[in-house]
Amino acid sequence: METLKVDMTAAKRLEAERIAPVTSAGLPAKVVARDVNVYYGEKHALKSVNVDIPDRGVTAFIGPSGCGKSTFLRCINRMNDTISICRVTGKITIDNQDIYDPSLDVVQLRARVGMVFQKPNPFPKSIFDNVAYGPRIHGLAKSRTDLEEIVTASLEKAGLWNEVKDRLNDSGTGLSGGQQQRLCIARAIAVNPDVILMDEPCSALDPIATAKVETLIDELRGNYCIIIVTHSMQQAARVSQRTAFFHLGTLVEEGPTEKIFSAPSDPRTQDYITGRTG
Amino acid sequence: MVYPFFAALTLLTGIAYAVGQRRAVSVADGRLADLHSLPIYHALFTAIGVFVPMLAIFVIGTPLVSWMAHSAALAQFDPSVQADPLRSGVILRDVASISRGQFAGNASPELAQAAKDYAATLATGGWAVFLLAIAAGVAALAASFGVIKVPFRARKHVERFALIVLGACAVVAILTTVGIVFSVAFETYRFFFDPSLSGKPTIGSFLFGLEWNPQAAMRADQGTISTAYGFVPLLVGSLLITFIAICVAGPLGLFSAIYLAEYATPRVRSIAKPILEILAGIPTVVLGFFAALTVAPLIRGLGEAYGLNVASESALAAGLVMGMMIIPFISSLSDDVINAVPQSMRDGSYALGATKSETIRQVLLPAALPGIVSAFMLAISRAIGETMIVVMAAGLAANLTLNPLDAVTTITVQIKTILVGDQEFDSAKTLAAFALGFVLFFVTLMLNYIALRIVRKYREQYD
Ligand SMILES: Nc1ncnc2c1ncn2[C@@H]1O[C@H](COP(=O)(O)OP(=O)(O)O)[C@@H](O)[C@H]1O
Ligand SMILES: [Mg+2]
Repeated sequence: METLKVDMTAAKRLEAERIAPVTSAGLPAKVVARDVNVYYGEKHALKSVNVDIPDRGVTAFIGPSGCGKSTFLRCINRMNDTISICRVTGKITIDNQDIYDPSLDVVQLRARVGMVFQKPNPFPKSIFDNVAYGPRIHGLAKSRTDLEEIVTASLEKAGLWNEVKDRLNDSGTGLSGGQQQRLCIARAIAVNPDVILMDEPCSALDPIATAKVETLIDELRGNYCIIIVTHSMQQAARVSQRTAFFHLGTLVEEGPTEKIFSAPSDPRTQDYITGRTG
Repeated sequence: MVYPFFAALTLLTGIAYAVGQRRAVSVADGRLADLHSLPIYHALFTAIGVFVPMLAIFVIGTPLVSWMAHSAALAQFDPSVQADPLRSGVILRDVASISRGQFAGNASPELAQAAKDYAATLATGGWAVFLLAIAAGVAALAASFGVIKVPFRARKHVERFALIVLGACAVVAILTTVGIVFSVAFETYRFFFDPSLSGKPTIGSFLFGLEWNPQAAMRADQGTISTAYGFVPLLVGSLLITFIAICVAGPLGLFSAIYLAEYATPRVRSIAKPILEILAGIPTVVLGFFAALTVAPLIRGLGEAYGLNVASESALAAGLVMGMMIIPFISSLSDDVINAVPQSMRDGSYALGATKSETIRQVLLPAALPGIVSAFMLAISRAIGETMIVVMAAGLAANLTLNPLDAVTTITVQIKTILVGDQEFDSAKTLAAFALGFVLFFVTLMLNYIALRIVRKYREQYD
């Protein structure tokens, strides 16, 4: 509890500095989920999830492992489509557009919704080609100079430019873990998404690399709708403005981070954040 | 004495096992946990203790006895006969057949006596070895009674024995390889440098000669044809057929691997993969007559329909069928390496909005490339070394040509041609086979080495 209190003050500080204030009623919703259920074969992994995720800022998903955080995250860019036994019902919209509409092209959806994974997964290609991968696929650059600009800008936004500008042709897999993860963030940013999903992006990183990624997330939140799954409540408190708590496949409650951590309305949330479950 | 000996060996070893176990349990006196080693190790220790000396006595004793029997038989004859290996050899053969009761004709009294001595020595010696072995086994068994105690480290001894056996097996395998390589290398050396050999080529004329005609030497009376050991037409033939095979198997194997790894549902995969592996199990001799009797006439007919002149044994027919043979090598290995690319690579690509085929082309294949290359290398080295298909479907004529419709011959076919039938082992023609084999070995070795290096590098990438 002691450390949590310290972090809460950090969260308050972030709250004070925030560019675009987020309140539950104030900001227009970007991602809206209504009665979302997910089944892996017979297993009912996610039960009737309803949530509105605001246009800007960071929303954290917390909850004990196996409660369905990743599953819900993967619904938002339809990565669950790649799992054959997975079935999704209900409705998810982004900017009022149903993303499970059969007429919607999943390729375009994923261009708008970037994703960063738990374990950094740069392609075994050069740093440049890693970042250029998305723009090339989506034909975003008209010329080589265009492409170079996109790559440079993305690496700058990801705070990696100064570290790699002299070795853009080296393999992305040769970077350190933290650098690899920021490269993956740059790779996602390069296709110019509105939403960025992050599934425990720091769980494979050491504390220093984690701090760098957290700073980066904080810098990005003014321009993107960021959803981050984390198993660390301290991290949720540090980087997010809103927090959603999942438990056994249900979304228990969602609200401003500060409220979730200081005055949760559900006893299950209370138990989890005070360390009695999970 | 052989069958009784092995019966006794099995029996005593079995008894020793049981006795060792009982003994261990009884010395533990109810407190099995106090034993340093589990009873099974004491059992194994006792069994090994009986088995090894018995076998050793038999393995050493038996040849010794037969050597003694030979001397006993030869003792009937005067020393000049004994010194002559040819005559003593004849006598020993006669003696052996008399003792087996298969001797035709009348044996001289000397020979009859020799046979009698021979049989007597053999019988006595055989019994001696047999009894000695049993005595040793029983003694070892008895000794184990004293050795097995609660703190006795039977496990350590058994482990050491296992180590020795495994090491010995490895040594045998390695020595065999080394032995084969050296014998081939030695004969190759003779082929080029043995002064007593007539008609041998120089290394240069072997490696760069454009004409291959080892048969000429046998037809010296015909006069006009000269012997030639130019290796180039054979190499070109081998490479041409291999090239055709890779052109067939490369795309087919790789694409089916991609299909199996990325597109096929688990059900389709579980059916299709074993079928592809059956292809690898078809004996090459079957593929060979398939090539010669089905494919070659087909190609010839087709060629004629287009007005092409196709040899009845064309490189194309052999290459096509050889391609079929190596498809499973390429598809199975490529499938494995594509599967080995971590799922996170696919996820990363799909999450960026890449389609399946984009992901395959731009992420999976580049990542799996080293493995795929080495799959090709192994397939090529298989194809170059393949014999049966080309023996049946490619020709014997050493034409230096790149036309796939012509008959060509290969290194392996020539080795086979040279060595089939009666051979004099010191003619240049016979030794040429060793030189060919040596070159073939070298080429295959290089290909395998490169393939392994690439695979190893590829492993490092994801570890
Ligand atoms: N690919 C899958 N196949 C079957 N079950 C899965 C799969 N992925 C997740 N699950 C199940 O769904 C539940 C939620 O998993 P997940 O969303 O990964 O949890 P979290 O990310 O909160 O730890 C778990 O019980 C897990 O076993
Ligand atoms: Mg998870």
